[in-house]
Amino acid sequence: MDGYILAQQLVNGLVLGSVYGLIAVGYTMVYGIIGMINFAHGDVYMIAAYLTAIFLASLTALGIHSPPVVILLVLALTMIVTALYGWSVERIAYRPLRSANRLAPLISAIGMSLILQNYVRLSQGARTQGTPTLLDGGLRLFESGPEQFVQISYAQMLIVVTAVIGMALLWYLIHGTAIGRACRAVQQDRIMAALLGVDTDRVISTVFVLGAGMAAVAGSLVTFNYGSFDFFIGFVTGIKAFTAAVLGGIGSLPGAMLGGVILGLSESIFSGFVNTDYKDVFAFSLLVGVLIFRPSGLLGRPEVEKV
Amino acid sequence: MLGTHWRVPAWVATLLLTLGSTPVEAGSIKIGVAGPLSGPQAAFGEQFWRGAEQAAKDINAKGGIHGEMIELVKGDDSCEPKQAVAVANRLVDFEHVAAVVGHFCSSSTIPAFEVYAEAGILSMTPASTNPMVTERGLPTVFRTCGRDDQQGVVGAEYLVKQLKAKSIAVLHDKDTYGQGLADAMKAHLAKLGLKEVLYEGLTRGEKDFNALVTKLRSVKADAVYFGGLHSEAGPLVRQMREQGLTIPLVSGDGIMSETFVTSAGGPKFVEGVYMTFGADPRKIPAGKELVGTFRKAGYEPEGYTLYSYATLQSIASAMSATKSLEGAKLAEWLKSHPVETVMGTKAWNAKGDLKVSDYVIYRWTPDGKYEEVQ
Repeated sequence: MDGYILAQQLVNGLVLGSVYGLIAVGYTMVYGIIGMINFAHGDVYMIAAYLTAIFLASLTALGIHSPPVVILLVLALTMIVTALYGWSVERIAYRPLRSANRLAPLISAIGMSLILQNYVRLSQGARTQGTPTLLDGGLRLFESGPEQFVQISYAQMLIVVTAVIGMALLWYLIHGTAIGRACRAVQQDRIMAALLGVDTDRVISTVFVLGAGMAAVAGSLVTFNYGSFDFFIGFVTGIKAFTAAVLGGIGSLPGAMLGGVILGLSESIFSGFVNTDYKDVFAFSLLVGVLIFRPSGLLGRPEVEKV
Repeated sequence: MLGTHWRVPAWVATLLLTLGSTPVEAGSIKIGVAGPLSGPQAAFGEQFWRGAEQAAKDINAKGGIHGEMIELVKGDDSCEPKQAVAVANRLVDFEHVAAVVGHFCSSSTIPAFEVYAEAGILSMTPASTNPMVTERGLPTVFRTCGRDDQQGVVGAEYLVKQLKAKSIAVLHDKDTYGQGLADAMKAHLAKLGLKEVLYEGLTRGEKDFNALVTKLRSVKADAVYFGGLHSEAGPLVRQMREQGLTIPLVSGDGIMSETFVTSAGGPKFVEGVYMTFGADPRKIPAGKELVGTFRKAGYEPEGYTLYSYATLQSIASAMSATKSLEGAKLAEWLKSHPVETVMGTKAWNAKGDLKVSDYVIYRWTPDGKYEEVQ
């Protein structure tokens, strides 16, 4: 195997991993703060893909064609509306069950996921939808002959760069601002934080809004890059992103990103050099292997039993 | 697995929704139309329904079957085998249909046809091409399309003789239809003295096939054969073109819908894509008037629309001729009598396959349409 192919597979894996990572952040933050798995998160990502297409079409209808302006506007609008979805999901399906048995919000999450899927299916139709290409072309690195190059499209670059910027902003938000401090306080001990005057319900809403915002970034970027989506894309991608979150250590923000990248890279390397049929088998075996030796994931902290 | 946990409630919900059915009209014959009316393959489900609906309307307008009107019953399987069996049971036990037009995905048709055969109900698929549909000795199963072992041969001949491909990568979607088609391709390539350079399956529902595309580059494939559906073929061909891979891609009837262009992200990506499909049924003289009717209603009868029409026509002809609704009698009649349909004369062999199949090669053009390759 030559170096070009390896480098190309690394690029493929990094792009895929960035998408997984952006979605994994939503799973990991929600788990960190209220200890539940938000199964509707993958569908929030799917909704973001539809919103992206809707906003793209509206901006084109308004006569805005410059790619950088369109991309920024679409990203911003999609994040806002998707964040509203994230907020509503929490408000409708999870907040009323806050003090219930742990299984209740889990079932509620699965229900929410079905509702979102079928809502989109009924309102937008079940057919595969598509958007025209926004960013054409790309760079050929290290070109030295036929099949001797590494291709990275501008859309793929956009995915990686935006993911890095998004993660950096989120990191700052959690570690450098008052709202982030409140989030961390609620994560450590919800009751104690409430006793000390932190509005826990608001903090939890914020976490859902942030998670949905990151999923919106992923949804928009994927739509820019792959150009087609249907109401079911949240399922496979959601499962993969959830795996990434567990791999990196659920509850850990850098863990989610790391898990995403590792999952993306292992999928493309295995697919590229061994066999595509078994790439998921390999990825999940990796997960099992990691969990045997580090039950709380790569960067997760061991769970301390709260009394 | 999480997958099953998510899907079980979906079909339960579908079942509950569909339970509120219409009361049986006196003097009507119920015929089921089953296929992916929802889900990613819903474009094909629509083709089925449009075709069957029009056929029922036309037959009823001419007085039905000995005065009894055809009443169609929808069955939605979303191309999921589990749901297909549930739908089949509902059509048999609850709706008491006399015959079934469907299903679409071979993986759904194969288990569903067992249910119909057990109940002695005639079932005829307009689209499932996997050999197993008719190879299991079930007496009451038919199809109005060709078989993958015929389709694969035509595809392989074209790849090798016309496109002069030497290093062919064979890909599939790990589904009954897709993999069956890929296997048929592989078998005929071997007969032509070629061994594929790659034989791998991708996962249905995913959109990123860049790793696989890079692999195509690394094995220096000069053509790709894909057994699968448009929802995966679209992103696959787009990512090939984006990585600078301009080699031809040949596929089967699973990409026979203009939705393929949408899932590829635009017409400019579909150049160099070929597919096998029956000779365009819209050009058969017998169907000229009908095609006009569809177009007047603002619907282009592409893909399997006319197949579905012809399927219902054949079932109705058998019912008229035998004055019976019994599956065994209908099957016996169909296997011994050719039927005049909107797609010309159709005749079946003892297995329930068409005696003549007419696969030809189509090419996608840069304006997002397809045309027959001469």
